[in-house]
Amino acid sequence: MRTVAEFKIDYKQILDPRGEIVAPLPKFAADRGEVLRMYQAMTRVRVFDAKAVNLQRTGQLGTYPSSIGHEAAHIGVGAAMQPEDVLAPVYREFGTQLWRGVTMKEILLYWGGDERGNDFGRPKHDFAWCVPIATQTLHAAGAAMAFKLCKEPRCALAYIGDGGTSEGAFYEALNLAGARTLPVVFVIVNNGWAISVPVAQQTATQTLAQKAVAAGIPGIQVDGNDVFAVRETVGEALSAARRGAGPCLIEALTYRLSDHTTADDASRYRSAEEVKQAWALEPLIRIRQYLRSTGAWTEAEEQALLKDCTREVDAAVNEYLNTPKQSTDAMFDTLFAELPLHLREQRAIARKYGAKPRGH
Amino acid sequence: MVEAIAMAHGWEMQHDPSVVVIGQDVGANGGVFRATAGLQARFGTDRVQDTPLAEATIAGMSVGMATHGLKPVAEIQFMGFMYPALDQIVNHMSRMRYRTRGRLTCPVVIRTPHGGGIHAPEHHSESTETMLCHIPGIRVVCPSSPARAYGLLLAAIRDPDPVMFLEPVRLYRAMRQEVSDDGQALPLDHCFILREGSDVTIVTWGAMTIETLRAVGELESQGISAEVIDLATLSPIDGETILASVAKTGRLVIVHEAARNVGVGAEIAALVAEHGLYDLHAPVQRVTGFDTIMPLFRLEHDYIPGVQRIVDAVQLTLTD
Repeated sequence: MRTVAEFKIDYKQILDPRGEIVAPLPKFAADRGEVLRMYQAMTRVRVFDAKAVNLQRTGQLGTYPSSIGHEAAHIGVGAAMQPEDVLAPVYREFGTQLWRGVTMKEILLYWGGDERGNDFGRPKHDFAWCVPIATQTLHAAGAAMAFKLCKEPRCALAYIGDGGTSEGAFYEALNLAGARTLPVVFVIVNNGWAISVPVAQQTATQTLAQKAVAAGIPGIQVDGNDVFAVRETVGEALSAARRGAGPCLIEALTYRLSDHTTADDASRYRSAEEVKQAWALEPLIRIRQYLRSTGAWTEAEEQALLKDCTREVDAAVNEYLNTPKQSTDAMFDTLFAELPLHLREQRAIARKYGAKPRGH
Repeated sequence: MVEAIAMAHGWEMQHDPSVVVIGQDVGANGGVFRATAGLQARFGTDRVQDTPLAEATIAGMSVGMATHGLKPVAEIQFMGFMYPALDQIVNHMSRMRYRTRGRLTCPVVIRTPHGGGIHAPEHHSESTETMLCHIPGIRVVCPSSPARAYGLLLAAIRDPDPVMFLEPVRLYRAMRQEVSDDGQALPLDHCFILREGSDVTIVTWGAMTIETLRAVGELESQGISAEVIDLATLSPIDGETILASVAKTGRLVIVHEAARNVGVGAEIAALVAEHGLYDLHAPVQRVTGFDTIMPLFRLEHDYIPGVQRIVDAVQLTLTD
């Protein structure tokens, strides 16, 4: 008997939980302005997130999936992508979306029950939130196929959660991307829990990155709470994809510090001790520590940043709350390029019986 | 008909560089029914691509390609294997334009063989168009002749929204007809009156036009004049043409191969009940497949409605 195939999975960390540099610093991390930009973005999405949860608790937003704890993964990915690349998100990656230009108001509109939130002012070409688990990975592969056929130097990037890696569509997307050498990067945000089911109960594999092996594409694991490691790894994968070297699967290890959504109560299935330990590893502490140890970040600056973020979030919330609801025509008008007759008739019925917008 | 389908692909690929054909065995093999024969040799492996054997992949990548500048024409090898693709069709393809307020669109055609009658194995002979017709945001089209296959497929590819294009397998090689390769599309959302008549309206589609036209010949010899409407676009239904015909004849028979329960025939019957009840001189009759599993092929022609069932149903509407 002889061995016909073997695999190994590398793990990358640059900034450890204490804020110490444990691997060669990437070029972008040597630029303090750039590091600060990432830290500010991480703070911005965390402030936004807390406000969104609060809006849901007070009945002013629908069910909302908090992204707290995922900031390094989400901002690292956002910072690694080019504006012309296309993002296929799941539904929790607000950090990446805000980085790419989606507005807080758009996020609030969608989670507040209004499709106009999906009509991003920019980036016009990114996919909207994708609730049916793993289906977005095939959209990213398809977009990458379009870029390849049209010879455009662009990449697609699909997110997926640890839970999503159990879905068939995920394997199909990896397989297609590998078989056709597509310019697409898949990022698994492994936050430990698929609602109430821990990763150990979802798969027998040691890592989720090694799911790449069966598709014949590279797989790598990174510390998903380390924004440097995420950005560098995703950046390298995108560069490779852009020059025609094909896809990559990246597993970012992080932790969901919140409930799955505002409709969930995680205390039913996981211990307070586990969550407490995860808080010690969360992504903002270490980069703040790093910024302070390199002398670039004072407490006054921190307070000013929080104030700025709060002001921005409050303004967006105001704008969201003051957006009148759509007319009933909205159920019909963008269903087809041209509305068929029976739908024009149904639109008239909806107009007659539909609830009038608030304040009218 | 299968040559007309290949011809329509060829015309549109020649004239629209964004059209890409994908599916299992559509490349060198030209499709298991030869509906994409010769296309890969003509347009290359980029534009005529074999996919992995995975229907969700075919539909999902179509969504990705269509939202980013291409017009995929995808083949699902048999309708019985379409179900893994339904997630993508229902959850994404059909609602992409709607949910993004028109920011992203999905100009995709999914072609698939439809119905039985060719002694195929299990899972290769079903008619499940009703499931597709229930999905908002897509069109469902089913041609009944080579010329209509050519013209309707061109229209489907040119349509800016998703179209499910069901190709009756019994018709692939059932008839020869000269079809000129002139790039002329036929209108979607419109019925075709195959034959004018005055006593009864028969609405049917796809391969059932064969039995229906035979039945009409027999009825004619009995002095009964039947108008035959090919529904062609199964969703949305062209109600105006059907109602105008029923207003003229006062009788309606609906013929389809698919099972009866919640079938497209029920929708047509309801349409006439809502808008044309007082035009009717007799109760509406449906002649359909049974609400059973499509049997293996030794019984398939006992499942598919035959000429006599149609003749009998028409006569029922004429009995006082």
